Amino acid sequence: MSGILIIEEARKGGGARAFQETLTAARILADLIGQPIQAAGIGDSEKNLFLQVCGVPPTAAYEIVHPLLETYTSDGYTLAYEQIIRQLEPDYVIFPHTYQSRDFVPCLAARFGQSLIGDVTAIEQGPVFVRQLFQGKFAGQYSHQGNGPCFISIQMGAFRPESTGGGIMPIHRFTPTLDAAQIRTKPGAPYRASAQTVDLSSAQRIVSVGRGIKDADKLPLVQELAAALGAELAASRPICDAGWLPMERQVGSSGQTVAPKLYVAVGISGAIQHLVGMKGSQCVVAINKDANAPIFEVADYGIVGDLFEVVPALTAAVKAATS
Amino acid sequence: MKIIVAIKQVPERDAQVRIGGAGNGFDETGVAWALNESDAYAIEEALQLKEKHGGEVVLLSAGPERVTTTIREGLAKGADRAIHVACDDLAGRDALGVARLLAEAIKPESPDLVLTGLQSDDLGYGQTGVIVAELLGLPHASLILHVEKTETGLLVKRELEEGWLQDIELPLPAALSIQSGGNKLRYATLMGIKKAKTKELRAVTAGAAGESTATLERISAPQKQKTTQILGGSPAEAVAALVDKLKTEARAL
Repeated sequence: MSGILIIEEARKGGGARAFQETLTAARILADLIGQPIQAAGIGDSEKNLFLQVCGVPPTAAYEIVHPLLETYTSDGYTLAYEQIIRQLEPDYVIFPHTYQSRDFVPCLAARFGQSLIGDVTAIEQGPVFVRQLFQGKFAGQYSHQGNGPCFISIQMGAFRPESTGGGIMPIHRFTPTLDAAQIRTKPGAPYRASAQTVDLSSAQRIVSVGRGIKDADKLPLVQELAAALGAELAASRPICDAGWLPMERQVGSSGQTVAPKLYVAVGISGAIQHLVGMKGSQCVVAINKDANAPIFEVADYGIVGDLFEVVPALTAAVKAATS
Repeated sequence: MKIIVAIKQVPERDAQVRIGGAGNGFDETGVAWALNESDAYAIEEALQLKEKHGGEVVLLSAGPERVTTTIREGLAKGADRAIHVACDDLAGRDALGVARLLAEAIKPESPDLVLTGLQSDDLGYGQTGVIVAELLGLPHASLILHVEKTETGLLVKRELEEGWLQDIELPLPAALSIQSGGNKLRYATLMGIKKAKTKELRAVTAGAAGESTATLERISAPQKQKTTQILGGSPAEAVAALVDKLKTEARAL
């Protein structure tokens, strides 16, 4: 039993980058423990698997194929991965931390008597695996014990993907033994909640508001700042959960991904679910009363203070500067 | 329908939590506690299902004595009774260890449905509901925004990435991890708070922790990804400096 097994999640057009990031994480681990890397993934009929491998490729790849795996189910994926892991007996299994892997990898790990070390942002000597605690306020170093394989999922965007070079790897076919009766859930086709009328992804400037605003009655404060800046108004999840702004104005993993020239985060603490949606912004301004809020780790400019004082002052200053 | 909702007590959002113990734990001195956010939505979903279809809502929480305060708050919102798994070393158990504790307490109840919140706001493993399902042999779905009872089981609405959704059918009994935002949360009424005092809150003793496979060794401040210029002074001074920098340095105005 040895080696590192990395998993690719096949998805239309979007899986390649996640795979490169997973491969980067695996290379860091491989350097620490001196073990080879193999890859596996569940193939679909559109052949969205192992399309691109940059840098030194894994020694081999396994395309898991079965008619019952055509659409994702937790039961089907858990059974299929359980079988290939039992066959390959890796020491480490690395998944991308996605909505899909969150749904079944904890279950898969439990089947091996293991706890998944999830949403890992760095791999260090030991090996120890670093993940966020308290929504990014702290970092925790985790070690793995026991004889079973160590299951890890890595945070998307945390490991820099290689983008050039590359080689080819032998791709083997793996057919798991599955029975329709083992799959207990019936998934429907994905759909959009409603027609998107707001396209934040092309906005040049965004003012985004979070829990710090405290009350829906206070929203005009940020609306005025957005108007002064000629910016779109956006929000973090709690604001949309509360119904203060429509869901389509939500930035983050469950909302829109934005990359404006200017992103002003008002009263947003900066949980990772929000950061993944906005870290492509060119210039980030954070206004927050908590100097330790994780948003300041990704901000270019920060003001630590009471947003109810800072925001009106900023609106006035912007108006004065641009008129 | 008999529904068990597993909930967690976590530090309040604005609590000033400090690193404590041997550098691998948190100092709880002076920390105020609250119900984990997505767990509040799990309770709400359970109460709405009970209101439509009848049955019983049972709360379940593991932790030291202080968690009974949060349990009472859930009872005040309308849950019928509760189980407290008394456990002083919860943070030292890994995700599988915590799920084993909960599954053990759930099993003799034979519920139709087990609900958990999606993820805790403190350690954030986001695995409890999924592992509990595995340990109890139940079908599950996570990131659920809405639950509907059908003739054959459940129809649930699952959140996917980037604003996509998906409906999933599953048979009962089942387990679901509830995402925040699916419902409007209710407040406890005065009557509810009074009633909660007399509702059954049964304590069970936690089994010994098994071998941990994922151990938290050390906690530290996170590494900065960018060099942030903090603009100090009065609000007026800070915004003047900011506007100047946005104009001349960042060229974003």
